[in-house]
Amino acid sequence: MGVLRGAFGRRRSQPVLPQDPVVAELVDALAPDRVRMDSAERALFAHDASVFTGGVSGPVCFVTSAAEVQAVMRIAIRHDRAIVPRGAGTGLAGGAIPLGAPIVVSTIKMNRVLEVDTVDRVAWVEPGVVNLDLTRYLRPLGYHFAPDPSSQQACTIGGNVANNSGGPHCLAYGVTSNHVVAIDVVLPSGELVTLGGVDAEPDGYDLRGAFVGGEGTLGIATRIGVRITPNPPVVRTMLVSFDSAEVAASMVGDVIAAGIVPAAMEMMDREITRAVENFVHAGYPLDAGAVLLVEVDGQDEGTRLDMERITEIAHADGARSCRLAADEEERALLWKGRKGAFGAVAQIAPAYYLHDTVVPRAALADVLRAVYEIGARHDLPVVNVFHAGDGNLHPLLLFDPREPGIMERVHEAGKDIVEVSLAAGGTLSGEHGIGVEKRDYMSMMFSDVDLEHQNRLRRAFDPACRANPGKVLPASHSCADIQALRQVPTGVWA
Amino acid sequence: MSGPPAAPAALAALAAEVGAEGPVAAEGRRTRWDVGGALADGTRLVRAPSGILEHKPEEMTVRVLAGTPVDELHAELGARGQRTGLPRRGGTVGGALAVGESDVAVLGRGRVRDTLLQVRYVAADGAVVQGGGPTVKNVTGFDLPRLIVGSLGTLGILGEVILRTNPIPASSRWVTSASVDPFAVLDLVRGASCVLWDGTRTLVELEGHGADVDANLRALERVGEWGEASGPPPLPPHRWSMPPAGLRTLDREALGDWVASIGVGTVWASRPQPPAEVPAPLAALAQRVKDGFDPTGRLAPGRSVWRRAA
Ligand SMILES: Cc1cc2nc3c(=O)[nH]c(=O)nc-3n(C[C@H](O)[C@H](O)[C@H](O)COP(=O)(O)OP(=O)(O)OC[C@H]3O[C@@H](n4cnc5c(N)ncnc54)[C@H](O)[C@@H]3O)c2cc1C
Repeated sequence: MGVLRGAFGRRRSQPVLPQDPVVAELVDALAPDRVRMDSAERALFAHDASVFTGGVSGPVCFVTSAAEVQAVMRIAIRHDRAIVPRGAGTGLAGGAIPLGAPIVVSTIKMNRVLEVDTVDRVAWVEPGVVNLDLTRYLRPLGYHFAPDPSSQQACTIGGNVANNSGGPHCLAYGVTSNHVVAIDVVLPSGELVTLGGVDAEPDGYDLRGAFVGGEGTLGIATRIGVRITPNPPVVRTMLVSFDSAEVAASMVGDVIAAGIVPAAMEMMDREITRAVENFVHAGYPLDAGAVLLVEVDGQDEGTRLDMERITEIAHADGARSCRLAADEEERALLWKGRKGAFGAVAQIAPAYYLHDTVVPRAALADVLRAVYEIGARHDLPVVNVFHAGDGNLHPLLLFDPREPGIMERVHEAGKDIVEVSLAAGGTLSGEHGIGVEKRDYMSMMFSDVDLEHQNRLRRAFDPACRANPGKVLPASHSCADIQALRQVPTGVWA
Repeated sequence: MSGPPAAPAALAALAAEVGAEGPVAAEGRRTRWDVGGALADGTRLVRAPSGILEHKPEEMTVRVLAGTPVDELHAELGARGQRTGLPRRGGTVGGALAVGESDVAVLGRGRVRDTLLQVRYVAADGAVVQGGGPTVKNVTGFDLPRLIVGSLGTLGILGEVILRTNPIPASSRWVTSASVDPFAVLDLVRGASCVLWDGTRTLVELEGHGADVDANLRALERVGEWGEASGPPPLPPHRWSMPPAGLRTLDREALGDWVASIGVGTVWASRPQPPAEVPAPLAALAQRVKDGFDPTGRLAPGRSVWRRAA
């Protein structure tokens, strides 16, 4: 596993003890059973779903209200400690990994849907509400929350906001930021502010927009107003199979160029299609080089015309077959395959490193080819299941963590993938964020001046660098004069 | 690494003109010059360069210089079947982004805040800064594009941008009725780009495939009588920002003549919206942002992003 090493020695050798005065104050402010100090708990909260190890958690606080979050923040200020907000810990870039034994603020007990207004088309939720729980809650009302990360059964709305998360249906509907109207935030100063609003064009700078994607470095979201989206009356889903992933990739740009923006366009390559088929028996073709799952939604006639046109494009591009789901049951089965893809990978490898970059659609075929070459060069099997519609690549590098030196190779391959993506005119991350994973790659996309301006935004929210220090911006560009930052490692993988 | 194309020379020229000293602001075509209040006396005016650099329909992006007229951009995109979320109110691309107000048909065209993918602006110290990224999906680093939209030139002077484009629907139609509940429309149809109401008449723009537009019209006709309309009515000058649900209980006295955008919450009125009180911690946060980006206060001095008493 990647190890977060650096100037942690001092803190790590200083165990956080129950008699730590911070702990007594936290217990006072919350309740004894909601401040956890046991090593099992702290070990659990030292990780997220990424491959990074080496995080060290301080006391873990389970907060239940904005007032409690403010109280924790004020204690952190008094004792000059850092804090790390945390949702479900499904992040893949190490965003929730605590660096330097900070106070971990878990939102999982703040899990209520507070209010749904179908005229404003806004739901007010606490940050710990699980993404899919919100959509289930909205279903009888005829609405859903559009961002649908593949982790939606576990991840929280607070985490979605902090990472500006996406999902298959963000192709047509946009990522989390498009769906957030307002956020109550406990700033690192301990003050509570409401950013944005339900009104059409809230006054002032768009600080709600600036907060989304802040990866926990700008404060803690304690209440979120999200847009709710009416469920489409008609949904049509088609599985298109191809001889190769490259051919499938070229169809993606052709569909968009034809003026159709499908609700989703997801690709799976040969290896992953096989693994999924063995796992869920969705009827995926075992001999296809790749499949595209294409979905359109809207009204009856328009979706029918769009699907006809997409089928024409598929055949013109050399598709082997197009299978339109005949009913809801078949549609659900096709999606079950896609959604179970990461689980299915467990069948073919003991571990994987899930990557996330974006490339222009026109470059998809070339970059995919390069990704397979990178895997071969580093002797790592690569499989691909990704949001092809918006060029959001998710190569999975498969490996066995027991193999000595393996993580260096995984790291090298990951860096090569970043390089080819950027060279093709793409970006570092489409939805997983920067966290610690890509922090030191930021200079590949931004100049020193660009990063300095991002840091100005960060500092306006958090002048003392108290919230989630060591994330997003390379150490050379964050508020390095602050004590917390001196604890932050420079080499994420050591 | 090649990455996105480098900033053109025109951008360097703008940066040189902005320089590092003295009060300065960008001038577009003055279509919304009063928003945010008058500039301080002695503020030097600069103009961003103009030109469409690269439209990629299959990427749904266009790279354009900030001084480009919005009409010109939309004409060029329209010839290739696309459009953007920038409002159709004349002016320049940079001006439309700096003001941040969306099109009247925002439900169909998208919000301005969701339109800006990558920005290159000239900072207070004269440096060219890039934020965001060139692709439709991107979460790399802090979201400077959203911070810049609606900032009225107080944080940086827009030079070059990459915008998200969208396909133009096959069919569009405006209809009007004096006999329906405007609040029922959005529940009856999918694909309404705009629902306007002036207290008497409801005007709706339906967009989509021709057959869907017809089906929507039939759905509307089940609840009232509709006639053709040529487009939105003239909109009164002052723009109010309200919660969509607040439109049910409008204070008509305070508004004067008005047209409300149902489901959105914008109201165009003959009288200005009274300023709301800004909570102190929020005002302080916004001020820290301003001070961070413009330490000497030289960018668009006199302009305020907070709505003020007329
Ligand atoms: C199998 C799998 C599939 C995935 N698929 C997708 C996908 O399709 N699309 C996608 O975008 N992501 C995906 N992810 C990544 C991840 O699920 C998302 O980033 C998710 O939004 C994280 O939510 P979380 O609650 O787990 O947040 P955490 O991992 O707990 O935290 C993530 C970040 O958010 C911050 N944070 C959490 N709560 C708050 C708060 N209240 N206030 C401020 N900051 C906060 C944390 O400090 C951290 O920086 C996937 C992950 C897995 C394991």
